[in-house]
Amino acid sequence: MNKTSNVAELQAIAKQVRRDIVEMITAAKSGHPGGSLSAVEILVTLYFDKLSHDPENPSWPDRDHFILSKGHAAPVLYSVLAECGYTPKDQLNQLRTLGCIYQGHPDVRFMPMLDASTGSLGQGLSYALGMGAAAKLDGRPSRIYCVLGDGEIQEGQIWEAAMFGAFHKVTNVVPIVDYNRIQLDGFVKDIMEVEPLTAKWESFGYHALDVDGHDIAALQAAFDNAAARTDKPTVIIAHTVKGKGVSFMEDNPKYHGTAPSAAELANALAELA
Amino acid sequence: MALTTKYELKAGMATREAFGRALAALGEENSKVVVCDADLSKSTMTHFFAQKFPERFFSCGIAEANMVGLAAGFAAAGKIPFASSFSAFVVNKGFEQLRTVVAYPNLNVKVVGTHSGISIGEDGPSQMSIEDLSLACSLPGFTVLSPADEHSMAGCIRLAAETTGPFFIRAGRPKAKIIYDSPEGFTVGGSRQLLDGSDLTLIAHGLMVAECIQAAEALDAEGISARVLDLYSITPMDRDAVRRAALDTGAIVVAEEHLVDAGLGVRVAQVAAEEAPCPMEFVGLTGYAESGTPDELLDKYGMRAVNVVAAAKKCLARKR
Repeated sequence: MNKTSNVAELQAIAKQVRRDIVEMITAAKSGHPGGSLSAVEILVTLYFDKLSHDPENPSWPDRDHFILSKGHAAPVLYSVLAECGYTPKDQLNQLRTLGCIYQGHPDVRFMPMLDASTGSLGQGLSYALGMGAAAKLDGRPSRIYCVLGDGEIQEGQIWEAAMFGAFHKVTNVVPIVDYNRIQLDGFVKDIMEVEPLTAKWESFGYHALDVDGHDIAALQAAFDNAAARTDKPTVIIAHTVKGKGVSFMEDNPKYHGTAPSAAELANALAELA
Repeated sequence: MALTTKYELKAGMATREAFGRALAALGEENSKVVVCDADLSKSTMTHFFAQKFPERFFSCGIAEANMVGLAAGFAAAGKIPFASSFSAFVVNKGFEQLRTVVAYPNLNVKVVGTHSGISIGEDGPSQMSIEDLSLACSLPGFTVLSPADEHSMAGCIRLAAETTGPFFIRAGRPKAKIIYDSPEGFTVGGSRQLLDGSDLTLIAHGLMVAECIQAAEALDAEGISARVLDLYSITPMDRDAVRRAALDTGAIVVAEEHLVDAGLGVRVAQVAAEEAPCPMEFVGLTGYAESGTPDELLDKYGMRAVNVVAAAKKCLARKR
């Protein structure tokens, strides 16, 4: 694969990933488009620029790791892994079908190159911290990135994990909150407010960076900033738009977990041309 | 006059202490071993490991769910994590994590639950684990072990470290009577026949193994010959030992310090039903207990040799 730091090139990859996402979820007739589309720039910036990894050598011990704790956004991860060359692109539209490697939520039994099976919310950060603490014990340079949903951080285990990360100074683990402000039942502020979010993470001992989660240059700078901090772990709070890139899905709770129709797909692809 | 067996049943160390000491020894030999504990290391005895290997000991605070998730991450990164707390806490509070991030991806996590059963005594039911084996056995791929004494615990800890895959190991708080003379001979899916007999078989795990030996001695005085099996490997189970018990003796009593409807007994009954159905009786707990000394509780809640003898006679009456 060709990695790049060029923002225009990364934006082009992001657009292709968005096309993959809406196509595969339409084909599956079920899935979670909104929270997949909101996380596109985060995953593209990591996998095509900042992450140390090699699709030819997925078990490289010193590689960086990525855990999609909000596992329902699997389509964005599947598209990015396919675009990187880990998995076949021509099977993306078999998402969620019997025997397909692209399971409803990420499953290491079907995709051994994944770092974790996810889907039950609240679990990924603890797991990431175990991997990070292990890398530190071994003296490996691996960094672990963990994408959390904003609704997901209503789970108490996230805050147990945050306490652990700060207390044990697990600075090689970077949680990233995909702060798209919508969860299944509606807007986060109406279901269970998570504000003041930056202050929460800071009070738990984290260095918190608020960034525009669709601004690739800002994300690049945030990942560099996080890597440079060794006194305390960094959390990146990525302010995003649910359904980003498809106008009728943007900021619309309906598309948390509703697949587009064929007509909606055509409109979406026209916007993503 | 009761039969005198080779088992003196002297009080040894608690199985939790045997766990802690075995873990510290293991840490010496295997640098992959890491330990996570949730603010109970002086009780679970993981403090022996913590003192020797502070860099490989992770204090998780009172946060069992995170502790199990961490252990899964350690395992995914190639470590051999032991996560320990009271059984009532690590299994119940960590259950969803044991299911989704340990069992489902089949990670090499070793969970040790101490203070199991009612024999913890005065602290009462909130701290007593009477459902842990049921929950652990419900997790596909888990090996679930309940050792009876310090030697079997040492053997089971070593076995867990040397065997890839998720384990749950049950430990107790009170001093355990010594049954074995070495940590050798414990296997995944194994069992130990401690006494042979022809009239019925007494099957147990944990502290009820010693009670079954005493029950067999008492039964012998009444002319009843009882086989005693330590079925320490709850799952996978030594199906052949159960089958032979059913075929050779034609009656089985299972005794355990666990909910009677959800522990080893029902699992033995399933195997017996499949292999060689025979009359069975079950000695176990039927609900939550209370505060008291361990001995008072074991007496009141029927966890004694005398209760096993009564069940044996009932079973034999059905056999005839």
